[in-house]
Amino acid sequence: MFLEKYLPAPQDIQANAPHITNMSRRGFVATAGTFVLGVSILPACSPKTDTPTKISPAKNGMTPSMANVVTAESGPQLFIGITPDNQVSLTVHRSEMGQQAWTAVSQILADELDVDLDKVIIKQAIGHPKYGNQNTDGSTTIRNGFESMRQTGAAMRAMLIDAAASEWGVDAAALTTDMGYVVNGSKRLSYGELAEAASALPVPEAASIALKARKDWRYIGKPVASKTVPRIVRGDSLYGIDVKRPGMVYAVIAHPPVLFTKPKSINNTAALAVPGVIKTFELPAASAPAGFNPLGGIAVIASDTWAAIQGREALQVEWSESENSDYDSDDFRETLLETIRSKGEARRNRGDVYAALKSADKTISAEYYAPHLAQAPMEPPAATAEWTGDKVEIWACTQAPQGMRRTVAAACGIPEDDVTINVTWLGGGFGRKSKPDFGVEAALISRDIGKPVKVTWTREDDLKHGYAHSVSAQRFEAGMDANGKPTAFLHRTAFPPIGSTFTAGNNRPGNGEMEMGAVDNPFNIPNIRVESGQASAKIRIGWLRSVANVYHAFAVQSFAAEMAHAAGKDQKDYLLELIGAPRIEEPAKDGAVISNYGKSLDDYPLDTARLANVTKQAAKLARWGRTLPDGHGLGIATHRSFLSYVSTVIEVKVDADGTITIPGIWSVIDAGTVVNPRHVTTQLEGGTLYGISNAMFGQLTAKNGQIQQANFPDWRVMRMLESPRAMQVKIIESDAPPGGVGEPGTPPAAPALANAIFAATGQRIRQLPILGMNNQLAI
Amino acid sequence: MAITLKINGKSETVTAAEGTPLLWVLRDHIGLTGTKFGCGVAQCGACTVHVDGAPIRSCITAHEDVEGSDIVTIEGLSGKAANVIRAAWEAIDVPQCGYCQSGQIMSAAALINENPNPSDQDIDDAMSGNICRCATYLRIRSAIKDAAKAI
Repeated sequence: MFLEKYLPAPQDIQANAPHITNMSRRGFVATAGTFVLGVSILPACSPKTDTPTKISPAKNGMTPSMANVVTAESGPQLFIGITPDNQVSLTVHRSEMGQQAWTAVSQILADELDVDLDKVIIKQAIGHPKYGNQNTDGSTTIRNGFESMRQTGAAMRAMLIDAAASEWGVDAAALTTDMGYVVNGSKRLSYGELAEAASALPVPEAASIALKARKDWRYIGKPVASKTVPRIVRGDSLYGIDVKRPGMVYAVIAHPPVLFTKPKSINNTAALAVPGVIKTFELPAASAPAGFNPLGGIAVIASDTWAAIQGREALQVEWSESENSDYDSDDFRETLLETIRSKGEARRNRGDVYAALKSADKTISAEYYAPHLAQAPMEPPAATAEWTGDKVEIWACTQAPQGMRRTVAAACGIPEDDVTINVTWLGGGFGRKSKPDFGVEAALISRDIGKPVKVTWTREDDLKHGYAHSVSAQRFEAGMDANGKPTAFLHRTAFPPIGSTFTAGNNRPGNGEMEMGAVDNPFNIPNIRVESGQASAKIRIGWLRSVANVYHAFAVQSFAAEMAHAAGKDQKDYLLELIGAPRIEEPAKDGAVISNYGKSLDDYPLDTARLANVTKQAAKLARWGRTLPDGHGLGIATHRSFLSYVSTVIEVKVDADGTITIPGIWSVIDAGTVVNPRHVTTQLEGGTLYGISNAMFGQLTAKNGQIQQANFPDWRVMRMLESPRAMQVKIIESDAPPGGVGEPGTPPAAPALANAIFAATGQRIRQLPILGMNNQLAI
Repeated sequence: MAITLKINGKSETVTAAEGTPLLWVLRDHIGLTGTKFGCGVAQCGACTVHVDGAPIRSCITAHEDVEGSDIVTIEGLSGKAANVIRAAWEAIDVPQCGYCQSGQIMSAAALINENPNPSDQDIDDAMSGNICRCATYLRIRSAIKDAAKAI
């Protein structure tokens, strides 16, 4: 969702009614002997994207490994293609990074088209505006594509039925379909046999397309097995880092240690003496705003990755200083805490918090701090570029292929149409791979050396030179009456905004970030005020799985538990009291700017009944209130993000020496209509553990402008021995429109854990990470 | 210097600088990219391969040091343990992004080969060198137990 804010992104495919086009009627099909029918969804009223695009010829010279990811450009079809020999291909326009986009998208298309999902070929779309919005972020693939993908499948099915009706001279209404065949009593015609005739027919109007009734869904809503896993377990997969092109060389980059510094002097003698090193190449230095551009630095190009890494080690560079050279994250923590101790800019105001705090029978306050984090996908950023004349082709593990296409074109001074972005599988993304800088690096280096080049980021590059999740400080003050009933709630938050990466000097927390757990507070309190404080960035700030929800949910849900404690009430009961009676909460009425994750409030209201329901269900699943062994504690947290509602209960065991283990987790999600319950469950598991890992161990710190962590020894992540022993997920059955799934599991994890630690030990966690390097809670 | 390595039962002659880790010889020289780079310092396990049946981190193993040994990568992993592991992994969709899973499977197969009935503690000991940032640990543990039952 963030890309749309900062870039002239193509229209989302849901921004307008889907416009379904028969590509074959528009001159898209030219290959003699092979007929392919294509149906596409294009944004209406978008002249730029509604222009037929030239079809690239099938790619020759593709290396065997590239065959692992078949890109849709090897044929003209967009979302659905059918050949005369009855081969059906479905194209996935979003990136596959473990959230199971391949499986979910093909489930939806295959269901409405009525074909056998086990027999279809799945293709990965290249980055191109013709696919609508391809930004694989903000947990949007299903919620923004569900209806239009269903309509695409159903439109194709209707055209095949019409073609069969003409062939047989019968009324289309009398015909039905059965897994790839149009059926008329005992007569059957395969989709392949009908494809050519269907291609001559007009696409039905969207309003006339009949979608399957929910009860007739064959694949949607079913726990269909992953389409990627059988290949992964055999090592038959292709990630960005795995691409190989004929004649390719390998590069790593000595990035500037501090943002916007430049090489003052470079001595490459020792680097060039490393066996295998071919040359070094200075990339253009970056300047503010950082945007999506590469950082600059010196590329070391070699005959294999190891030689390039060794060459970089041997490179001697003296770097300039910049306005960021003074960044010290310990000092900055104090700056942020100062900021939230005085009044900030009101971002939401209901009633009169300051008056209500004065007249309250009891008040409490607390301050929270959460450090920078790294997304740290297991596959670091990697891209391969190859020039042919003035055109460049790139293979990359990107969450935003259209953004990479635009940024590469701008950096190289060539038209976007001369940039082809092939999207590989992603070895994790978590927001890092929404930034296309590494693709630009590959393009620039390849152009310089005149050969295909693969750029690999090492783990050190990934941690030191990425786009860090923002550091934040928050302060709360709450008032309650003599019975502990809440009367006033003040929330102040300060963090360098993501907007600082795109506008130099921007130090105002963005509306989108404020809406992630701050101004969208659902509590039923008569006086609520949310304020933001200004904070300047000294490193590149970017988004990480669930973005500002991470620190806001941590603090709000921890403070809710502090209020319960102050009121002398059970944490879960008090949380339900804060959520209050079933109603639609409307923060916009209190002056909050609400975009609702890009969706209408009519379709996706902030419904406190759903919040309360997941909370009660999670408590029930965890058997809240049971007697626990000594040293154990239960904590709960509930949060709405990406239009889904999640409540999580965590049980911890804290030993006398401060060692923390997690015997169990119970999590309940209401994501509206779900496409694949098995993968909603795996995303809840992974999202929750990602949140726990970051809360337990995660922190990037800076001294003299440089990130201090380098690799997994000092950037710690959860390992098997620290992993929870059990987790139970429950999905609420719902007919509501689909919400996000990849991210909503993360925000409640940290506060549920912190609240459990409080229950077990009486120690309140107000600063992250929870654990030191010795894996123990400081007691 | 040209060195001949025995990889997945096949002889491969490679010429790489002395000290080049097996990981980069596999990936860049031979084209076996199932073995992954995650850290380069033997901390994440994504590069795990079997050398004479034992799991090792190929990112810190010089290729010339395994000349003459039997090297098995995810692409060549076979046998009973491999079959039950793969089946267990598929049955409950263990992988998410899948990037670390070559290494997870190599470690898990070595564990099952040596200890067909691993306890939770055995699983912690054998698998804690393999990081999964998608945090599929719950399903890895469960699939190892399923595989152990099937063997």
